[in-house]
Amino acid sequence: MSPPTPRQGHRPVAVVSFAQADNLRREGARNEVEMLLPVIGEVFANVGITKDDVGFICSGSTDYLVGGPFSFVTALDAVGVWPPRSESHVEMDAAWALYEAWVRLQEDDIDAALVYGFGKSSLGNLGEIFALQLDPYVMAPLWPDPVSLAALQARALLDSGRTTEQELAEIAARNRRRALTNPNAQVAGEFDVAELLAEDYVVSPLRRHTLPPITDGACAIVLAVGGRAYELAERPAWITGIDHRVETHAIGARDLTHSPSTRKAGEIAGALDGGIDIAELHAPFASQEVVVRDALSLGDNVDVNPSGGVLAANPIMSAGLARIGEAASRILDGTAGRALAHATSGPLLQQNLVAVLERG
Amino acid sequence: MAERCAVIGVGQTHHKSRRDDVSIAGLVREAAQRALADAGVTWSDIDAVVLGKAPDMFEGVMMPELYLAPALGAVGKPIFRVHTAGSVGGSTALVAAHLITAGIHRRVLTVAFEKQSDSDAMWALSVPQPFSAPLLAGAGGYFAPHIRAYMRRSGAPRDTGMLVAVKDRLQALKNPYAHLHIPDISLQMVEESVMLWDPLHYLEACPSSDGAAAMVLGTEAAAAEAQAATGKRPAWVQGMAMRSEPTMFAGRDQVNPQAGRDCAKDVYAQAGIENPREDLDCAEVYVPFSWYEPMWLENLGFCAEGDGWKLTQEGATALDGGDIPWNCSGGVLSSNPIGASGMLRFLEVALQVRGEAGEHQVDGVRRALGQAYGGGSQFFAMWVLGTEKP
Repeated sequence: MSPPTPRQGHRPVAVVSFAQADNLRREGARNEVEMLLPVIGEVFANVGITKDDVGFICSGSTDYLVGGPFSFVTALDAVGVWPPRSESHVEMDAAWALYEAWVRLQEDDIDAALVYGFGKSSLGNLGEIFALQLDPYVMAPLWPDPVSLAALQARALLDSGRTTEQELAEIAARNRRRALTNPNAQVAGEFDVAELLAEDYVVSPLRRHTLPPITDGACAIVLAVGGRAYELAERPAWITGIDHRVETHAIGARDLTHSPSTRKAGEIAGALDGGIDIAELHAPFASQEVVVRDALSLGDNVDVNPSGGVLAANPIMSAGLARIGEAASRILDGTAGRALAHATSGPLLQQNLVAVLERG
Repeated sequence: MAERCAVIGVGQTHHKSRRDDVSIAGLVREAAQRALADAGVTWSDIDAVVLGKAPDMFEGVMMPELYLAPALGAVGKPIFRVHTAGSVGGSTALVAAHLITAGIHRRVLTVAFEKQSDSDAMWALSVPQPFSAPLLAGAGGYFAPHIRAYMRRSGAPRDTGMLVAVKDRLQALKNPYAHLHIPDISLQMVEESVMLWDPLHYLEACPSSDGAAAMVLGTEAAAAEAQAATGKRPAWVQGMAMRSEPTMFAGRDQVNPQAGRDCAKDVYAQAGIENPREDLDCAEVYVPFSWYEPMWLENLGFCAEGDGWKLTQEGATALDGGDIPWNCSGGVLSSNPIGASGMLRFLEVALQVRGEAGEHQVDGVRRALGQAYGGGSQFFAMWVLGTEKP
């Protein structure tokens, strides 16, 4: 067995293990270290290694969920980095922590890395918190909440004629139906589209079913290189391409119905070459699935969000990493040969990461 | 390393208590444009941007890389945001350097900043957090007990910290970008300043600054182009490393942390340094409170454990007459835009190696160490730059 030739970098890197916490509306009294401990334990146990076997550790989280500085500092105690380890942190979704680890693994002094992300959304009010992510001089003082912003995007999309309220309801129903087979999902079930369309608007044109749930969650991935990956997993999920791009922050300067950053990242990662079996998209609002799917030219033959996606569970700061983990899981279990994972950050899909994972 | 990495351009702001004349975007752009000009490149020559800063609550902007993407010319490119507590400025430079050494990009712009006047760092550091006892003491209150432990262990004379406070402020007078310029600084002035956290007087603590730092890092080919365009020589990354240790672990020694010693050992091995005091020509080390100079002299292996204060007392670390000058720029004690403070250490050694440090230049620098630390003395980032390719 040999890894497929990566499009970028010169050392093939694979996901060999993925573990996630139950996605819950409220974790209650468990803090981030307690949420992470079993996840870190599981992600290592899956492949029979310990923290001493990874040469690099990287995590993603944001202080604003916990409302205090340095939330990642104590979270590191879930790994127990003694003796001291080479470790870093991004104040981004942990999908970007995985990118940093992938870069680090291109150098031949290490052969495996641990990546994790976590967030307790239940501690605060996400509507207020995400307003603080906006331009602090022009936008944030108006406290625009993420649902109202997403409604602007959805309205532009409806006006463009590229979707309908009916299709948005179908997207929501499909994702939550797929989540029935995902034991970690928070919102799963059979929903009747006609009944969904009878709901009131939360913010027109978005109804409750088009919104993501509020989720406490965490997940972790082990990456390994070349032969080390084959020692750890029977079918490593090789990252053959990975890239991320950002757009301007000025919402008024963007065409919100398109995602050029997703498309560019997808092109570079090789996602537009076809042959994708499954795709895990980080599209928190049903309308955003339309935008991302179009940006990546995903046809009806691609199985989108077999996990239920983020409409089934949306753990802030680890939802993007979980998309990579879910996509990799389909390679690791042998059900897919080529999988796409997408992660997003910022208001209305401002920043996007695309990874392509393949069977060896 | 698949590729060699060099610092090919540096830029910083004049660090001040308040920069009311610019927005956060204006502040970071000022440093970034200076770095681009220094490298002889423009925004379109940059492949990716790596941004670092300390906690977002210091300005009240969550994940500001999103808002800053257009100001940093990142639209259509990758932008990355690092946060590793006080060490972040150093870690950010290392993340950017790995994008070069891994062979991913040709030129990376790395930027770090803090606009402390937009908020109150003391408050932001002291917010009660769920499930943990509030500290309500700021950074000085956290570190003072470690300093007292160091004094007890080493028997260091009580004026050691004050000597550092004077030395770094005298050196800051030679750095036009430094925040604090106190021409009449003296031991008496430091001693007479108010006691904040025993044994730390007010003038033994870092200031609160607005400021930004930026560097352009490039491959060997990019370095050759920059040198041809600007006539300035590159500073080569000869070694780089990060280390972290846990928060809640009784086996830690916060006075002389294992993570710092391991990080130094790693970076010296890469750079072929056997005796740091002899093999290095100068160092920029994160000394936010005066006593961290003798403590880090020991932690970084410039002397035996317990002897750090002797180097300070002998004047070994002074730009004027010392054999191993530390913080010739004035250091964190003279400029502290927190998120950028670590990057300023990394940037200042680039200036020294390139012979571009102006009045605070050490003669004939061939190799220099940049160090940053953060958290409860638990996160470390270091690099060694040199005039020779690794």
